[in-house]
Amino acid sequence: MILLIIAVSVASFVLISVSPIDPLQANIGQAALGSMSAEQIEKLQAYWGVGTPAYQRFFSWAADFFRGDMGISLLYRQPVADVIKVKLANSLYLMTIAWLISGIIGFIMGIIAGINKGRFIDKAIKGYSLLIASTPAFWLALVLLMVFAVWLQILPIGLSVPIGVEASGVTFADKIQHAILPAVTLSITGISNITLHTREKMIEIMESDYVLFSRARGESTYNIIKNHGIRNVMLPAITLQFGSISEIFGGSVLVEQIFSYPGLGQAAVTAGLGSDVPLLLGITVISAVFVFGGNLIANILYGIIDPRIRRGGKLS
Amino acid sequence: MENKKTILDIHNFSVSFEQYGSGFKKTTLPVIHNLDITVHQGEMVAIVGSSGSGKSLLAHGILGIQPYNATLGGEIIYNGEVLTEERKKALRGSEIVLVPQGTSYLDPLMKVGPQVLKGKNDKKLKERLDKIFKGYNLRDNVYNLYPFELSGGMNRRIMVSTAMMAQPKLVVADEPTPGLHMEMAKKVMSHFRELADNGAGVLVITHDLEQAIEVADRIVVFYAGTTLEDADVKDFEKEETLRHPYTKALWRAMPKNGFKFIDGIQPYVKAMPEGCVFGPRCPHFTEECKCAIPYKNVKDGRVRCIKAEEN
Ligand SMILES: Nc1ncnc2c1ncn2[C@@H]1O[C@H](COP(=O)(O)OP(=O)(O)OP(=O)(O)O)[C@@H](O)[C@H]1O
Ligand SMILES: [Mg+2]
Repeated sequence: MILLIIAVSVASFVLISVSPIDPLQANIGQAALGSMSAEQIEKLQAYWGVGTPAYQRFFSWAADFFRGDMGISLLYRQPVADVIKVKLANSLYLMTIAWLISGIIGFIMGIIAGINKGRFIDKAIKGYSLLIASTPAFWLALVLLMVFAVWLQILPIGLSVPIGVEASGVTFADKIQHAILPAVTLSITGISNITLHTREKMIEIMESDYVLFSRARGESTYNIIKNHGIRNVMLPAITLQFGSISEIFGGSVLVEQIFSYPGLGQAAVTAGLGSDVPLLLGITVISAVFVFGGNLIANILYGIIDPRIRRGGKLS
Repeated sequence: MENKKTILDIHNFSVSFEQYGSGFKKTTLPVIHNLDITVHQGEMVAIVGSSGSGKSLLAHGILGIQPYNATLGGEIIYNGEVLTEERKKALRGSEIVLVPQGTSYLDPLMKVGPQVLKGKNDKKLKERLDKIFKGYNLRDNVYNLYPFELSGGMNRRIMVSTAMMAQPKLVVADEPTPGLHMEMAKKVMSHFRELADNGAGVLVITHDLEQAIEVADRIVVFYAGTTLEDADVKDFEKEETLRHPYTKALWRAMPKNGFKFIDGIQPYVKAMPEGCVFGPRCPHFTEECKCAIPYKNVKDGRVRCIKAEEN
């Protein structure tokens, strides 16, 4: 895990270093730069780290990072840790909602489609999933935005809280209202993947010998699903669900950008375009921790749920 | 046996698969064809046939769990009435039970005890199961173990237990004893025998002719998807009382009769010979055999060979 994080941070650092963006031009602007004195420019260059060799910058960042100091965001002029904390809180609940919704609905739809293979309901669910899977998330986001925020005007067009309201005046309902569209967009795109995989697995289970034998023993379809279907589809579903964390993270970058939702994804884009190296690295590492953490949890759960692993050592 | 009621009467039964070959040409593969079997109350009939001859398919067809792309033909009469798919659904698990062929028929993620009880939490059933388990030398703790924690032989006993839980009128056992040592195999067979003696019809599928001779009342010889001979078990005492050349060949292949095997292999469904399915391997094969061979009654048995004679 630690090795992976080191690898990820080195990789993203290299990518930033070779990126053609000139931090000064990007953040101060051509016009402003032109009117500055050489001295001022030099100072700014030092601030943005231009001229310092990349490896040197990386090691000073890494050394600080291991001491628990993630550095100061160059754009926000606040400690990276604080920026991430705020953005992560916003994103996290957006992503958690999307993750749960897509997981639960995808799981249920996949099971329904799988046990009704070939029937109308299966074709409908499968067709819908394939359609969504081939729809770009940003396009879906724009459509939802147009329908619900522009035409129907029942949901806010962006941000995470109402504009012009004091922080203390923001209600929980406001927050929920602002999270609905981005969360729904994220869920809809996440559902199809989980649905299709669960469906596939469920079909395999329904055609298995043990389901066949349950039929031969007169068990009802309901009983078969309850006793054998859910039990056997659960394991692959868990792997899939925790593996999908990375997709939700990836999707959130786009979706947050479109809905101007001030979350981690948006911060990542800002940091990337503005050459805010400490912030970008911080976000990358935190995201990596979540993604790997998800896989780790999936593995641990697997060990708890799958008796072949849980009890495997005992009798062999 | 004649005065006993017929519990199962399978007539001209067939199972075929539709396959799409090259160029969307639909071909039907008749894996089982012209199959005739009867089982009476209190009778144990063994079906003997080599691997891939369609024995499991027949068993699944009787229970109504054939693959989706399979088409059944012919007629199955159970207890005097046609056994339709609806009737199969209604009767299986209670009146008609199956003992499946392999361990893959047990759910790997469900403890075997609850699995035998179909997930029901019933004290009476549990007590009944405990007794059955004990009879098969399965210790109490087995109830809470998963199939992967049991040996192949133990899993087989679990599957046999599922049949013993019901009070069946017809038992279809698909090779129930491989993997069991001699004594346990005998015990399992004796339980099927007991069920038969108590009035059930038992259809045991096996490729072990010796074992079949030991426990069954009647033996049906299965070859390339069809029945070649239907003989009383006492006909197997001597080669001369048998009717079909293939049955005689099987008889000679038994260890105590010299272990002599015939050449050749069972024909593949897609390359069935014209006329008699056993023709290519038969020492008595002539031009006359290249026709549809009827299943005729010879000496209180039945045989699918035009040369078999009453004598
Ligand atoms: N779904 C299917 N589609 C096409 N052919 C099939 C299908 N299922 C089974 N078969 C064919 O049916 C034949 C009979 O299979 P079956 O399992 O009944 O044989 P068996 O006599 O039980 O053999 P064994 O002794 O090995 O158990 C096989 O040759 C197989 O190729
Ligand atoms: Mg078989």
